[in-house]
Amino acid sequence: MNTVEGLKYTKNHEWVRVENNIATIGVTDFAQSQLGDVVFVELPEEGQSIHAGDSFSVIESVKAVSDVYAPVSGSIAKVNQELADQPDLVNQQPYDAGWIVTVELTDSHELDELMEAKEYERFVSEGGH
Amino acid sequence: MNGHLTVFELSKPGRIAVDMPTSDVPEESLETLVKAEYLRSKPAQLPEMSQPDLVRHYTALSNRNFGVDSGFYPLGSCTMKYNPKVNEDVSRYSGFADLHPLSSPKEAQGALELLYTMEQYLAEITGMDAVTMQPVAGAHGELTGLKLIRAYHRARGENRTKVIVPDSAHGTNPASATVCGLETVEIKSNPDGSINLEALKLAVGPDTAALMLTNPSTLGLFETHIQEIAQIVHDAGGLLYYDGANMNAIMGVVRPGDMGFDVVHLNLHKTFSTPHGGGGPGSGPVGVKQNLIPFLPTPVITYDGNQYYLDQDRPQSIGRMHSFYGNFGVIVRAYAYIRSMGADGLRQVSEDAVLNANYCLSQLKEHYHAPFERNSKHECIITAQKQKAFGVRALDIAKRLLDYGYHPPTIYFPMIVDEAIMIEPTETESKETLDGFIEVMRKIAHEAETDEAKVQQAPHSTVVGRMDEAQAARKPVVRWKD
Repeated sequence: MNTVEGLKYTKNHEWVRVENNIATIGVTDFAQSQLGDVVFVELPEEGQSIHAGDSFSVIESVKAVSDVYAPVSGSIAKVNQELADQPDLVNQQPYDAGWIVTVELTDSHELDELMEAKEYERFVSEGGH
Repeated sequence: MNGHLTVFELSKPGRIAVDMPTSDVPEESLETLVKAEYLRSKPAQLPEMSQPDLVRHYTALSNRNFGVDSGFYPLGSCTMKYNPKVNEDVSRYSGFADLHPLSSPKEAQGALELLYTMEQYLAEITGMDAVTMQPVAGAHGELTGLKLIRAYHRARGENRTKVIVPDSAHGTNPASATVCGLETVEIKSNPDGSINLEALKLAVGPDTAALMLTNPSTLGLFETHIQEIAQIVHDAGGLLYYDGANMNAIMGVVRPGDMGFDVVHLNLHKTFSTPHGGGGPGSGPVGVKQNLIPFLPTPVITYDGNQYYLDQDRPQSIGRMHSFYGNFGVIVRAYAYIRSMGADGLRQVSEDAVLNANYCLSQLKEHYHAPFERNSKHECIITAQKQKAFGVRALDIAKRLLDYGYHPPTIYFPMIVDEAIMIEPTETESKETLDGFIEVMRKIAHEAETDEAKVQQAPHSTVVGRMDEAQAARKPVVRWKD
């Protein structure tokens, strides 16, 4: 399992990268390895507002259909349209080209609730899924 | 003629399979019957074949099919049991097979009696007070059951919208709740697959409509705290829904109604030996406790000791869930099964199903990782965890089984078990059949260690080899030719 330092992680296996109040959200390497080959990503609309803890996207793999939960609240600034044609980017580059949305944060304090890379690794190795 | 070509490729202009006699009804031209805008400009390109070529084509295709009549079919959570042929015989009795669905109740007393009696049998088997035979599939039964639950709450002036499902549930449970306009709340299971009572206590509240559960659980383990679970849900004002997928484990031994369930669906195409697979037709009758009877779908079959009637006058009913009275022919088959097995026979079905599953588990747990210590019920779970170290996964093992002539077990379900392989042998399999399967599973475990490529690239002996499932889902080609 691979994590990236400096990102924030959720118990539902999403990651968040924050730059200038814009959060980029995707699913972790562990999540994509559990899902197996991703075949479809249902994307939300730009401008839609999302709330921390709610499902905002659905990832379909050969094994399962899983919700993606918002780690933070805000309004969706950009959606990764590349995923419509290349859903396997979630498998290939979960932390880079496989990002799902960017969100304009409404409450940056929500980030304090999330885990650091090391903490998340421990969470996964202890069977937290 | 080996089934590789389609009927369109085999077509030769001018060939026909059946020479139709001249019609003795005066002919009318199409133009006078159908508006010009709906008529074809060019004739449809229908295949033209002789009868023997046509029959050989479809026989070749059917020979490629694998069913429970061709071999062992241990698909977990699906109960692919053998269907006794007497069921087929009875369903073809002219009184059943030739009955028009629009016959008046007076002309269909025998059919109504069978439906009415079947309701009584299923009520007794499940410990419920009444049953509707209308739903035609398991998930259709779930939707019916949830509509009944919603109607019940609404009639009491309560707007309860949340349905609690454990994370080990069948995917149809949350799907049915969503289709019914209700919201799903997922709760985590304990490491042993049982319901986490603390999580359940936190999840229930004044908005709880129901808890959907199957017992034994989707892990094939009996939920020992079921009465406590029922208490928690009932105390919160919710109802308990029983997913009948695992009924084959407990028939004649314990009843959902006695465990505290308020609504239950059964799958006649699983537990009661009606044909299963290929998408149907199925049958998913729903049983309810007394307080839900007013909401049952109409028409309800009633009996005054002399005649059977179709009662439409049920003001609180959720209405029709299907045309006519469900999949009648399927219900006839299940009726024949119940009558030929008898009460003792049904109990033995479950006892043998449980015995067979535990036998498989006991013979495989040295070669495969067995995630649960406990005895299983009618199905058991092993995993490909040991084989994963050699790069061999559950999918590879399933594909390799095809080379040995077995239908693979369910894989990757339940989702809370990594690399799950779920085996449900059913009661009808002999020790020799089970031993044959076990030997092959052991052989594959050995191959995974010594010749992993052979397993990873399986199947080798089938008409088509390993499919690229991801690519097929990402870029499906749904046309035969451009």
